[in-house]
Amino acid sequence: MEIPHSQCFLDNGLRVIVHESRSLPIVAVNVWYHVGSKNEQPGRTGFAHLFEHLMFEGSQHYDRGYFHPLQEAGAALNGSTNADRTNYWEVVPTPALELALWMESDRMGYLLPALTHEKFQNQRDVVLNERRQNYENRPYGMAGMALVAALYPSDHPYHWMTIGAAEDLQAATLEDVRAFFRRYYHPRNASLVLAGDIDRDEGVALARKYFDEIPEGPAGERVVRTASLRDESRILLEDRVELPRLYVAWHSPAMFAAGDAEMDLVADLLANGKSSRLYRTLVYERRIATDVGAAQNSREMAGWCQISATAAPGHSLSELHAAIDVEVDRFLQDGPTEPEIERGLAQAEAHFMGRLQTLGGFGGKSDQLNAYAVFLNNPGYLASDLERYRRATPAALLETAQHVLGHGGRVILSVVPSGRVDLAVAGSRAVEAS
Amino acid sequence: MTGADRSRLPEVHGDPPFTFPPIFKSRLAHGLGLWCIEESSLPLVSLLMVVPAGSASDPDRLPGLASLTGDMLDEGSGTRSAIDVHDAFARIGAHLEIEVAADNTLIGLTVLSRYLRQGLSLFADCVVRPSLREADVERVRQLRLNRLVQLRDLAPAVADRAFMQMLYEGHPYGHLAIGTEAALKEMTVADVVAFHAGACLASRATLIAVGDVKAETLGQMVDEAFGGWTRREEESPDVGFDRALAEPPAVSNRRLAVVHRAAAAQSELRLGHVGAARSTPDYAPLLVLNMVLGGHFVSRVNLKLREEKGYTYGARTSFDFRRGRGPFLLQTSVQTQVTADAVKDAFAELQEVLDNRPVNAEELELAKSALTRGYARNFETTEQLARALAQLIAHNLPDQYYDQFPARVLEVDTATIARVARAHLHPERMLTLIVGDRPALETSLASIGLGDPAVLVPA
Repeated sequence: MEIPHSQCFLDNGLRVIVHESRSLPIVAVNVWYHVGSKNEQPGRTGFAHLFEHLMFEGSQHYDRGYFHPLQEAGAALNGSTNADRTNYWEVVPTPALELALWMESDRMGYLLPALTHEKFQNQRDVVLNERRQNYENRPYGMAGMALVAALYPSDHPYHWMTIGAAEDLQAATLEDVRAFFRRYYHPRNASLVLAGDIDRDEGVALARKYFDEIPEGPAGERVVRTASLRDESRILLEDRVELPRLYVAWHSPAMFAAGDAEMDLVADLLANGKSSRLYRTLVYERRIATDVGAAQNSREMAGWCQISATAAPGHSLSELHAAIDVEVDRFLQDGPTEPEIERGLAQAEAHFMGRLQTLGGFGGKSDQLNAYAVFLNNPGYLASDLERYRRATPAALLETAQHVLGHGGRVILSVVPSGRVDLAVAGSRAVEAS
Repeated sequence: MTGADRSRLPEVHGDPPFTFPPIFKSRLAHGLGLWCIEESSLPLVSLLMVVPAGSASDPDRLPGLASLTGDMLDEGSGTRSAIDVHDAFARIGAHLEIEVAADNTLIGLTVLSRYLRQGLSLFADCVVRPSLREADVERVRQLRLNRLVQLRDLAPAVADRAFMQMLYEGHPYGHLAIGTEAALKEMTVADVVAFHAGACLASRATLIAVGDVKAETLGQMVDEAFGGWTRREEESPDVGFDRALAEPPAVSNRRLAVVHRAAAAQSELRLGHVGAARSTPDYAPLLVLNMVLGGHFVSRVNLKLREEKGYTYGARTSFDFRRGRGPFLLQTSVQTQVTADAVKDAFAELQEVLDNRPVNAEELELAKSALTRGYARNFETTEQLARALAQLIAHNLPDQYYDQFPARVLEVDTATIARVARAHLHPERMLTLIVGDRPALETSLASIGLGDPAVLVPA
């Protein structure tokens, strides 16, 4: 399993990767900037994402909305920001490839001359509405913020979520935008993938034509911070929900670090899917929960692993807490069974194969090449990535789980209906998330 | 190669041709249709079965029965318990996806091709021979009741439910697939067994397979797996396959309704009316019209409410094309204090396209290009191709449909757009539904000019 590709660097430092695949007359353009919310400062959270919005509002030589010419050419396009990176992509019919590169290079090289206070205010309003829609007005929508705030100290860059705090977004200034652009949006901090109906020579020549003229920009910075969690912290949030939900979270290995794949497999066998241990005991047999889930959220600098469960009517989060602990402890004693390992591998293989089906968009081949290139400096990592899962043994899963889950340092978050603090796990401290 | 010319955008020349892959069709002994596309670039196969009965076939007294029945398919089969079935799917790295829509039920499974035989066998067990045991029905019923409780907290779900209920009162489209609490409590195992028997018939169903398999080999494997599917339609309960074709209730005036949601950060908006069926001859021009109005980012409604006003993260319109007449809908979620202004702006956009600001030539070209030029990317994955075939089956479209689609769109002109807009857009009888903080909205709502709102109690 691999994504055949070639890689080169322009003189200004821009990484260019080309993957040829001629099955459809389309090309995927995918640009990563190695900047995310972890590059933000306390008091200015949410800024990397707000900036991403401004990248769609026009640049010096085409100072109108970014979508119009590309949609007219038949493109699909979007962008996204997370803690570690910001990505932008277009999937275009082959004849529109130059248009997409013109547009991407113009906003990489010439965004600021087109930036106005009006655009800035408008997109800040849009982002505040995105925050209302996806977090404030959504059941359990503030749980993620409360969790990361409790997992990391206030000056740690994973302490806040990418959407940021509303008051920080209000406080952002146009000068912040300019400084951010100069520091992070330039070829040396970017990586371009072209995938699809194109060969290496064409791809590199076009990349040169459109991106060579952009100055390289300052050397990148690497954010390095460590955090540890020694004690159990119990917190609670009141929310407009009818069924309370419990989250238990631990620090875990960083993305691609030792133990990351193992922890991913542990999360799946504990609580993902109807054949997982917690589904079987909490939902199927005892019926004290109405859903369960788990995730190994691995990021560049550190990871966190969480298990969540929503109480069935009439059941308390203390019951769920006790039942989850029993299952986790049992796993920490006995480790996984052989069938569980086999299922995990089959699922991983199907998952990897499924991701090879699309050239572009979020999670397609071009996005994966960039992820491996930006985080590992190795765009050809796919086979090794799958190998991490293939090599996982019962002993390795057990060892990783004991290391990650087998101690008192964790966060237990109870989300309860407003006014029903009594449903939370005993000893929880109320927190505000706004 | 010289550098970039920044004085103008590069021109885009030519539209590369796209041809939909060949479809291999056959029919098995008991009438099961089998459609296949051979696509061997990756060792994967996507299976998708179209069963032409969905939530519109729910009996009037039991909204939610089709959906409960769908949920029961992978909850035990033959001697296998529910857990055994889930384990068997997990062993091949897959799970059964069951989607109960208004007009049909789609059952999907994507597997590595080396597991195709096991996958088909499990698939057939679930569809043809589900156990439908009382204890499992009880358990799944309770999970669905819990889900209904959770949906009461989710503003978009509250809005969808109330909107469809008001718009389609007494019609099979008037409820969401999950149904109602009262009906769920009333359903018996016998109801589920009867619905399954009436809906899951080889003679009505079609199995689609797209991926790394030869049509001929597939035929033999499917024959083996589905050989026991012998129940005949004449011996089965009638689930009402065509109930959705009933005419929806006629409405002649504008209506405003509010569902209260205390301290909501935003108001969830739904504006719309009963629209056209998928079979309308105006299908292609309506798609173009919708693109201009609210079908993509650079549409009038999104540019106005998001990019100009900053009221929302996004706004869109859609004609929900179904077998019967589905809704035309404008939906968005806006900051509470601008709710009335957003409703007025939305109305203005819909009215202006009919009056003083008809779709112009430039907008028309943009919409047509957006619909046709990137067309090939809709057919990249095995699941996309399988879903494309499901559309042909559900709406009885010709095999050449996808090859002909771009030409159908490109022939649309401004006069046609103006005609279909007049025929299919009706701001004068639109329902406006708001899920939001009523006390905070009360005074401003009067300014919309729709009169006092009907206040709905969430179901």
